[in-house]
Amino acid sequence: MNELRIRTPEGVEFAFALASPITRFLAWSVDAAVISVLSSATGTCLAVLGTLNFDFARAVTIICYFAISIGYGIVAEWYWRGQTVGKRLLRLRVMDEQGLRLRFNQIVIRNLLRAVDMLPGLYLFGGTASLLSARAQRLGDLAANTVVIRSPKITEPDLEQLVSGKFNSLRQFPHLEARLRQRLSPVESAVLLEALIRRDDFEAAARVTLFAELAGHCRALVHFPPEATESLADEQYVRNVVDILFRKHSV
Amino acid sequence: MIVDLQRFLDAGRPEWAELEAILDKLETDPGYAMSFEQLRRFFHLYQRVSADLARIQTFASEPEICRYLESLTGRAYAEINETRERDARIRPWTWFVRDFPATFRRNIRAFQLSLLITILGAVFGAVAVGVDADAKAAIIPEQFSHLMGDPAKRVHKEETRTKDPFKNFKATFATSLMQNNIRVSILLLAMGMTWGIGTMLLLFYNGVILGAIMLDYIRAGQTAFMLGWLMPHGVIEIPAVLIAGQAGLLIGKVLIGGRDRTTLKTRLRALGPDLMNLIGGAAVMLVWAGLIESFFSQVHQPVIPYAAKIAFGAAELALLCWFLGRRTSGEGTH
Repeated sequence: MNELRIRTPEGVEFAFALASPITRFLAWSVDAAVISVLSSATGTCLAVLGTLNFDFARAVTIICYFAISIGYGIVAEWYWRGQTVGKRLLRLRVMDEQGLRLRFNQIVIRNLLRAVDMLPGLYLFGGTASLLSARAQRLGDLAANTVVIRSPKITEPDLEQLVSGKFNSLRQFPHLEARLRQRLSPVESAVLLEALIRRDDFEAAARVTLFAELAGHCRALVHFPPEATESLADEQYVRNVVDILFRKHSV
Repeated sequence: MIVDLQRFLDAGRPEWAELEAILDKLETDPGYAMSFEQLRRFFHLYQRVSADLARIQTFASEPEICRYLESLTGRAYAEINETRERDARIRPWTWFVRDFPATFRRNIRAFQLSLLITILGAVFGAVAVGVDADAKAAIIPEQFSHLMGDPAKRVHKEETRTKDPFKNFKATFATSLMQNNIRVSILLLAMGMTWGIGTMLLLFYNGVILGAIMLDYIRAGQTAFMLGWLMPHGVIEIPAVLIAGQAGLLIGKVLIGGRDRTTLKTRLRALGPDLMNLIGGAAVMLVWAGLIESFFSQVHQPVIPYAAKIAFGAAELALLCWFLGRRTSGEGTH
């Protein structure tokens, strides 16, 4: 996955997932529809003006169409801090390439330079540039020093539902429990947790195979006595391991 | 060691929410200023969230929480490490009478190049039409089809017209001109991303059209008509287009780099405010030019004598030169 990685002076590193050109194109399609709807609505409203003065009504309509087509992206991204309707729907956000605050002039430049990104049609220049760019930037983004990221949303894993607070036979052996915590890497722990979270998404056969492999891996790292593991299905074994890794020891 | 995730979430959530609320406030209200105590608290929260991020990255790779904390850290980092001035409240008048001319003068060489390319184009267009009368048809685009005929016939038609062809159409015509010219200017700016080549080609082509039309009218003995028709709006419109070209050429210059040893990103970052000032100023000029072209330029002798129109155009040009060339108070601090 393409990421924008930033390391703070405090030594903390964080990353933003970059939006793919396809997702951005979808967001742009939504925005194009919004611009079209706004323009039509404005035209309908201003038609009333036409009964008073046709020339004036036409002039105002032209100004409104122009302002909407040029200004929509600028105003929306400024007001919503890097988002338009399309970007909000697809959870995308424009941000400064160095992780600094997004400036108004950056928003203006990236939106005005759509004029060259759209050439010769259907964002061919911009699309090609973002495919070739390491940070998926179109020409407007390159000039404005901006990137489009996927905007994160917090979702807390429901551990109660995953491990259900049942009796955990592995907890009878605290020294082995500690050894298991020590030997499993963060990445392996995350894999076990993710497997449990997504368990209902797997086909039955794949689910059995996956949990057999995961349980086998855990068993190989720490050997619990037979009385703690006998009659435990592979999935339950993984469930108990996750319980040890992620839940506070309840005494 | 793996952290207890639920406890970690419960302990951290209040401070995460507090930091998020401050960030929301900072990002939505440009005028929001924190007291010293609030700043200290803000910095403390940033450090706490950074530490939480470091913990969760090290101990329990939980992707969703990790991404959330990365987002918070990133937003706070942007506020704390931003050394550029915050976007000031918008002051359109100050911007137009001070910032725009100052930016123009600071980058005068790009404007001079923009002017030179247009003059070269005009000379080329004039020579082409002078050498081969048929070149006019090839040079002048379809949108100017009314200029394809004999200039003398057009002048006669305009001067003997009893009905105003733009009656009940002037406002529409003015706004159409404005939006078309502003679009062309934005394109001139944007084509700077082709290392300035696209901007140069567009400027040259504009010059070619201008030169071809001017020579056509001069050769037909209609110089006074041509000046009276073009000058009132042209002395503003053409410089506005040149300024948009100036902005495009600046992008090209920054992309090429030359002797500047700073990185491309640094150069582009520094150029941003100048580009916005130039294209914004050009847009304002084009609004004025559109109004003049629709309501004044298209009214010919005998209604308005050519001398008056030429004098008006000359006065506008003198004012424009003064406006763009004058030094304003507080300049030089940028």
